[in-house]
Amino acid sequence: MAKKENRTGDTASHVGFAGEHPRLEATSELLRELVSHLRQNRTQLREEWVRRITEARLLTAMSQEEIFAEATSVYDSYVEALETGTFEALQSYARNLSERIIPRGVETHEVVGIVLLLRDVLARSLFAKYQTDFEKLNRILDAYEPAANRIANTVAVGFVQERERVIRQQQEAIRELSTPVLQVRERLLILPIIGVIDPQRARQLTEQLLRGIRTNRAKVVVIDITGVAAMDATVANHLVQTVEASRLLGATVIVTGLSPEIAQTLVTIGVELGKMNTVGDLQGGIEQAERLLGYKVVPIS
Amino acid sequence: MDVPILKQGEFLIATIQAALSDADLLQLRSGLIQQVVRFRSRAVIVDVTAMDVMDSFASRTLREIAHMIRLRGAETVIVGIQPEVAFAMVQLGLTLEGVATALDLEEGLAYLNQKFRSTS
Repeated sequence: MAKKENRTGDTASHVGFAGEHPRLEATSELLRELVSHLRQNRTQLREEWVRRITEARLLTAMSQEEIFAEATSVYDSYVEALETGTFEALQSYARNLSERIIPRGVETHEVVGIVLLLRDVLARSLFAKYQTDFEKLNRILDAYEPAANRIANTVAVGFVQERERVIRQQQEAIRELSTPVLQVRERLLILPIIGVIDPQRARQLTEQLLRGIRTNRAKVVVIDITGVAAMDATVANHLVQTVEASRLLGATVIVTGLSPEIAQTLVTIGVELGKMNTVGDLQGGIEQAERLLGYKVVPIS
Repeated sequence: MDVPILKQGEFLIATIQAALSDADLLQLRSGLIQQVVRFRSRAVIVDVTAMDVMDSFASRTLREIAHMIRLRGAETVIVGIQPEVAFAMVQLGLTLEGVATALDLEEGLAYLNQKFRSTS
């Protein structure tokens, strides 16, 4: 409690009117009064809040009943946070809520919006209650505002953090999916590369390929870069390194699908590609690989 | 630590079994050059499967071995480079250019057998 009283005291000068600074020891008293007011009017305030949410067309991805259920939980955690001054419960609830609603496409502005709406609804009810006693209202607001701000902050940060966690997880998944090393024939691997190659991905790619060569005992590898839109000197050098490292393991690398633009860029920037074995398209690459391995494909007549 | 050099038909096989000091590498080099002459071998296989680190000296020595043996009229195949070692070598620019490589001993022998079958 002591901590929160300090916070309240710090911000009071911004909220309060000149000469009307509240006495610090009264803050917890005021918050208690505030909490009991919110408890008494729970049903009415909650309904008012849900009405405002619907009016503002927030949380459109959720049904009316769901909004009401969530609103009830948020309201209760909100009052609890005001009462106890601890935010852990609210924080974990916010994270849990975010986990549930992010997959349904709820946006950040909606979450921030509903918390600000609740703040507004509660503040209005305080105005209504203390309209005859201006000084009291003032003191109550001094106690309420910092706590309410902190709550809004907690919920919004919780939501954004959860969102970032999801994004990181997805990036990870995409990265793993994006570098398959596939065996198409005995001793022949293909490595289709799609998308942007950054240094980290280039490294991962090389590692996977080298491991693949070892486990599959590959002799020939076809690296297809049809899906690589652009290539700069760094990426080209990574490619050259991959080719050389594969050769050290005894595998021949054939690079296919160099687009005309990439070919031009590579020649212009002068990347040493002389050691690379290149073929126009994936089909040609696989055919050459088959020749190297001594396979011959004949139609069944 | 001595590296045993085994004669296997027309080939010599040197299997490195532990990390080698620079002196050991030079000894391996001279041993191989002498024996390739003595046994009139057609090729040499150096198996480096057990090496988890390949520094620039080791890599340069391997290349020298290959070039010297070529001057002797024989072929060299380096086999068993670990994936991590291969990547590290390439990043350091040690690419053993001009030296044949194979995945392991079996592959190296298969490579040589095929090569000599087609030429002889």
